[in-house]
Parts: sequence; C-alpha cells; structure tokens
Amino acid sequence: MEKPIIEFKDVCVSYTRNTMAVKNVSAAVERNSITAIMGPSGCGKSTLLRAVNLMHSLYPNIKVDGEILLNGQNILAMEPIEVRRKVGMVFQRPTPFPTMSIYENVLAGFSLNGIGLPRSEKEEIVEHSLRSVALWDEVKDVLNKKGTFLSGGQQQRLCIARALALKPDVLLLDEPTSALDPIATKHIEELLLQLKNDVTMLIVTHNMGQAMRISQRSMFMYLGELVEYGDTAQMFAAATDERTKAYLTGKMG
Amino acid sequence: MLVNGMKMKSRLLRDRMCFILVCTFAALTAVPLLAILGEVFVRGCTQFSWDFITEPTPTALKAMMAMRAGDAIPGGIANGIVGSLIMLGMAAAVAVPVGVLCGVYLAENSKKRFAVVVSYLSDLLQGTPSVIIGMITYVWVVVPMKGYSAIAGSVALFIMMLPLIIRSTEETMKILPASLKEAGLALGGNNARVMLKVQLPAAFGGIFTGVLLAVSRVVGETAPLIFTALGCSMVRWEIDKPIAAVPLLIWEFFNDPNLQELIWGASLFLLLFVLCLNITAKYLAKKWNK
Repeated sequence: MEKPIIEFKDVCVSYTRNTMAVKNVSAAVERNSITAIMGPSGCGKSTLLRAVNLMHSLYPNIKVDGEILLNGQNILAMEPIEVRRKVGMVFQRPTPFPTMSIYENVLAGFSLNGIGLPRSEKEEIVEHSLRSVALWDEVKDVLNKKGTFLSGGQQQRLCIARALALKPDVLLLDEPTSALDPIATKHIEELLLQLKNDVTMLIVTHNMGQAMRISQRSMFMYLGELVEYGDTAQMFAAATDERTKAYLTGKMG
Repeated sequence: MLVNGMKMKSRLLRDRMCFILVCTFAALTAVPLLAILGEVFVRGCTQFSWDFITEPTPTALKAMMAMRAGDAIPGGIANGIVGSLIMLGMAAAVAVPVGVLCGVYLAENSKKRFAVVVSYLSDLLQGTPSVIIGMITYVWVVVPMKGYSAIAGSVALFIMMLPLIIRSTEETMKILPASLKEAGLALGGNNARVMLKVQLPAAFGGIFTGVLLAVSRVVGETAPLIFTALGCSMVRWEIDKPIAAVPLLIWEFFNDPNLQELIWGASLFLLLFVLCLNITAKYLAKKWNK
C-alpha cells in the first residue's frame, strides 16, 4: 500500500485541563482521496480537522498531544507557516477578504507569504485557479470587483480557488456547504470530486448524504473518540459499531 | 377570559402614558444642544465672512477705532486656524501610528496581564483632567525648551488624543470576525502580514472614524494650550515659537473688552469644524458597516 499522506497517532486535543475534545485518535489518510469526518455536534470533528493545519496554536489554552505526520514529518514540531502552506483550509462560512478584489483574493496566499510574482504568472494563476473551481466564466469580467460582491456559493468557490492557488498537498474543509443553498452545495460537491486527483481532502460534514456522495473513506466520531473508520460505502451499508449504526440510521444526531 | 374590557383599557392607557413620558424626555435632551447651536449661529453668523477666516486677529487699538467709527471689527481668526491645524496635524501624526499599534496589540493580546494593565492605564489617561495634562506638558516640554511653542501644544494634544485612538482601534479590531484572521493565517501568512494585509484594511473604516472623533474631541481643548502654546496675534508657521489656536482666541477675546464681539464668530467656526468632523465620521462608519 502507498504511504499515507496524513497519519494521526494518539492525537488528543484539550481546551481546558479536564476536558478532552479529541481523545487518542489514530488513523491514516490515503493520498488523493476524500475522507469525510462525521459525527454529532460537539464530537470533536472540527477540532481534529483544525489540528492538521495547526489552527489551535493561535489559542494558547488549547493543547494538542500525540503526533500528526504529514508525508512522514510530525507537523506538531514544524513551524505553522510552513505547515499551512502545504495544508489549505476552507471554512464553514465563506471568508473572502473584504478589502481585496476577486483577483487579489485568489493571489492572497502569495501576497501573505511575501511572494512576488511577475504579472503574466499572476494572471495565469488566477485564471487556472478560478477555472479549477468552475468560477472563471462567471467572474472573468469582474475580477476587479470585491470578493464579497459574489453570491455565497461563488464566494466559497473563490475561497477554494484561493487555497488551491498555493498548490497544497492537503485541503481541509470544515462544513464547507452548511451555509449554502442546495444548488450551490451541488456545485461544490461536483468540484471536490474533480479536485480529488490533485489534492487530498479531509471534509467535516454533518450531512450524511454528502459524506456518502463524495467521500471514499469516512470517520465517525462520538464524544471525542474515533469510533469507526473505514470505507464509506461499507460503513453506510454495514457499520460495525452500534453508535455508528444509530447515527447513520438517524436514531442519534 | 379573566381579563375584562376595563382592565385591558387601563393597561393600554398606562402603556400609552409611559410611551409619551419617554418621548418627552428624549426630546428634552435635544434642547440644550439645539439652544447652543442656535445661540452661537445667530450671534456668530453676522461676523462670519471670508476675511474672518483669512485675516489675523486685529490689535485692540484697531478694534476699538473700528467700533468707535461704528464699523465691524476688522480681521479674524486666521492665526488661530493655522495654529490649530499645525498642532492637530503634528499631534495626529504621532498619535495615530502609536495609538493604532497599541490598540492592535491590546486587541490581539487582551488576556495578557501587560495588556490588561496598559488598557487600564489608557482609560485613566482618558479621564485625566486636561488642565493637568497642560501643566505636566509645561513642566516636561516648555521648561526644558525655555519657551512656549507649537511643539509643546501638540505634545499636550497628542497625550489627549492617544487614549481615544487606542480605545477606538481596540474596539474595532475586537469586532472583526475571528474567521478573517484564521483564513489569513490558514494561507500561510505570518501574524504581521495577516494584520497588515487583511485585518487592518478591514478595520480601516472604524479606525479612521475613531481618529476623526479624537481630533474633534481635542480641537476645542483650551486649558492644555494655555500652558503650552500660549497664543500669538500673527499667522505663524514656525513650530518652536508661541502659536495661536482657535479655542485660545476665544479665551483671549473674552478677556479683552474691545474684542469680545469676535467670540461668537470664533465659536461658530469651532462648532462647525467639530460638527463637520462628526458628521463625516458618522457617515464613514455607516458606509463601512454595510
């Protein structure tokens, strides 16, 4: 088997001294796949996801233990800016930078990293990134307008384009469609399936249908524990754990 | 139903009375402001002319002669306008960068003990009577420099503006959504770059509004300038010499029987200046919050 791109080894995350939001999670994530993280509210799925690009290091009271390996390197021992350039993130609500144009938003990753590019390369990156999220045709004439001028679904695709522009190895998606309408959600899901060949994705979702539609592997978390992890189709057909079964059949949510 | 018609009627009546009472008091609060505006406007507008804002203050003798002859007092407050603008400009040039950086620090590190202490001290500074700030500046700047000057005046105004800018910056930064900062950092930016390229631009409107309000707060300060800028009857551009300011002129006019007429024109100018700044600030704040 190919070497996993991400490996969680006994990962624990605690917000306060006595409460652990994520308990001893160990799992390996396959390259170029979509892995869904499911579970009821408060089960620690977002907390686990945010550990992968060291978001927790912003908040001094949050403690992360264990090891998270990215291509065999423990990211908990790496510099956050180094990790975050390889691990992109898309948030629940679209977060285009309000003072930047669409064009500048796509290139924000470069300007925030202090990377200067020649004009021709910039234009190429903008076009390529926007095409890869199927947004180019809709915005190519309004690239100088503010990103916030777009609809919610378009904003979210812009945010994905912005993350992809940096060519990350991994893309983390924290309920990326929960603030969107069904049509925009469908667009994003189709988009993620297309992107699978270029980037490994970890997606937190509370929408079981979404997990089934787009993911190859699924994690089910409950009260901070990784209860079950395996092939998505198999898990939906015959979950081994009672708690997973109860959640997937709607008896627990 | 237990609630019969009579009871219902009296409840509605009481509700109506409370409403009227609240409206009355709300209207009463507008009375002092409107009265001040009215009085200053009626008395001041007769003196207001182009000459009034482009000519320096007349000497007492000239003013007396003009009054004897039954003419309007010649001259105006140009020296005060120039002096006020110079001192406000210098004070703001230092207070804005220092205050904004301090406000950013306080917003980003609100839980650190040092930040809590600084924030508290800034509040105390804001509450310090301006006459004390004037006197301290006299001791710190005027005495060592061996003379009153525009520099000393702007130091006093700087001290008064600083806590206002710190507080407004801090409040503006705190209401920015955390997701903005996280999104910037998630793209691999370091804290400084995310602050400079994402957070500060997003907060610009609020910070700028705060600066305008701080300027409008200190433009009318008189006490600190009496100790520091002293005043001057000519239009002057040197910053190491005593200099005039509009509020100082009002105080001088009041003390000179021959010039008392000019008080109202100068007051009207000051009031209009503050009003313009406030309206601009309100407009900007509204535009930015959309």
